[in-house]
Amino acid sequence: MSAATALGEDLATYNFAYLDEQTKRMIRRAILKAIAIPGYQVPFASREMPMPYGWGTGGVQVTASIIGPQDVLKVIDQGADDTTNAVSIRAFFQKVANVAVTTKTREATIIQTRHRIPEEKLQAGQVLVYQVPIPEPLRFLEPRETETRKMHALEEYGLMHVKLYEDIARHGHIATTYAYPVLVAGRYVMDPSPTPKFDNPKMDMSDALQLFGAGREKRIYAIPPHTRVVSLDFEDHPFEIQSFDEPCALCGAEGVYLDEVILDDRGGRMFVCSDTDHCEDRRAAGHRGHLSPDEAYAGHGKGEGEAAR
Amino acid sequence: MTMLDETPLLSVERLSRYYGERVGCRDVSFQVYPGEVLAIVGESGSGKTTLLNCISTRLEPSAGSVSYRMRDGAMRDLYRMSEAERRLLMRTDWGFVHQNPADGLRMTVSAGANVGERLMAVGERHYGRIRDTATRWLSRVEIAADRIDDQPRAFSGGMRQRLQIARNLVTGPRLVFMDEPTGGLDVSVQARLLDLLRGLVNDLGLAAIVVTHDLAVARLLSHRMIVMKDGRVVEEGLTDRVLDDPQAPYTQLLVSSILQV
Repeated sequence: MSAATALGEDLATYNFAYLDEQTKRMIRRAILKAIAIPGYQVPFASREMPMPYGWGTGGVQVTASIIGPQDVLKVIDQGADDTTNAVSIRAFFQKVANVAVTTKTREATIIQTRHRIPEEKLQAGQVLVYQVPIPEPLRFLEPRETETRKMHALEEYGLMHVKLYEDIARHGHIATTYAYPVLVAGRYVMDPSPTPKFDNPKMDMSDALQLFGAGREKRIYAIPPHTRVVSLDFEDHPFEIQSFDEPCALCGAEGVYLDEVILDDRGGRMFVCSDTDHCEDRRAAGHRGHLSPDEAYAGHGKGEGEAAR
Repeated sequence: MTMLDETPLLSVERLSRYYGERVGCRDVSFQVYPGEVLAIVGESGSGKTTLLNCISTRLEPSAGSVSYRMRDGAMRDLYRMSEAERRLLMRTDWGFVHQNPADGLRMTVSAGANVGERLMAVGERHYGRIRDTATRWLSRVEIAADRIDDQPRAFSGGMRQRLQIARNLVTGPRLVFMDEPTGGLDVSVQARLLDLLRGLVNDLGLAAIVVTHDLAVARLLSHRMIVMKDGRVVEEGLTDRVLDDPQAPYTQLLVSSILQV
């Protein structure tokens, strides 16, 4: 392969991007089909990867099949660039594809993600690769695969609303907060992987290509750019995203998805951006939250006092 | 009850179903008219359930045809429809009451959702309206309104069966298939269920095909009956006539075998 030769000795022990060329062709065919039928789950012959199922084997295979030597890769896990899963996958591709890696959303051409969509709006030409544990949105309602495939084929999606109905009956509102089902291009109901429903609106009419890989379940699906993605709801219980009472404690951002961080064993906690790159960017630009280090030093005791309460 | 409509709702022509060399049912023909309840009786293994499954599109027949009069009045051959049309028919215009309620219910979702599922399947997207309809139907089948959020797992056998009936009738079907609807229930619960079914069939003007081996159930529910033996129809006629004056030897045997209390 020309790419491999161009890269020289670094790649002596692996085929470019780990998978063999035949496998990559097979996966690319599945990806093309998935793009052609937005939201449809395309079966593919998922390979054993050097990591356990549930750690992103599907996403890694998709990434390996689309990545080229010029690509710049970003990997996030729950929005963070520095967690174990993200660091390992990034290191994996540095080793087997020798590609440039980044933590900056806007510099990346491929972003592999587990459970988040970056806060920064994605651009045309970028590809977002999701790691998907359970691709079938109807699975917990209908255990038979033969039946769920038929339901997709015949567009019988009443059952999906049964799940939402149950939520309202039990909790008074739609309590599903992640893996919130969406209707893609007015046809297929799709599981957006366990991203918080906060991110669902970002999938709609996105400029970027979105690919979903489920390694254990052997399915690939896709949302092409500029595709309608609608979250399911009831007329009298419309879809809503999560909102937070306070801004990010480090960068002061509002309207972003926050993680709760426990500070001590006396009930102290703070809420910070789940998207670490977004948070760092804002701090670099001078934004401050009420617990950012410099302020905490300046107004010593403020953060502590709150934590003690 | 009102005078029966002249054109049949369901027409079965020379229906046969073979399992390899064995016969499930052979050469069965009959019609069901709107508002009519037809009982199919016979001993175990006589082909009742095979016949029911064939006419309710759950099992493809080996020969013969089943046609159904759609809401627009056109007779359509069920096995020439697309699968999508058949399934739509099954969940809107038809109902299927299983002997074992667990086969016809979703045991892990609430009673309200069980009743509401068909409404959602035909496009209802208003929670309040779905819940109102579900509440109304539960009271109609004598399930207390405060059980609406309980799962059928927490229901007794009789309640489950009634819930299954509500779930099937909520879309206002014109034809309901019932496979031993009172099987496995004790007699007092059976009696209440039969009462309820009779009331609903009368109120809604439903046509129903009831498979049962219990002649008393057939007597109570049905207007007409078909007696099956070894996959064939041996006798057919008005229920009272068949039970009071059985003609075929097998029917005579069947009627005389009823235990007297």
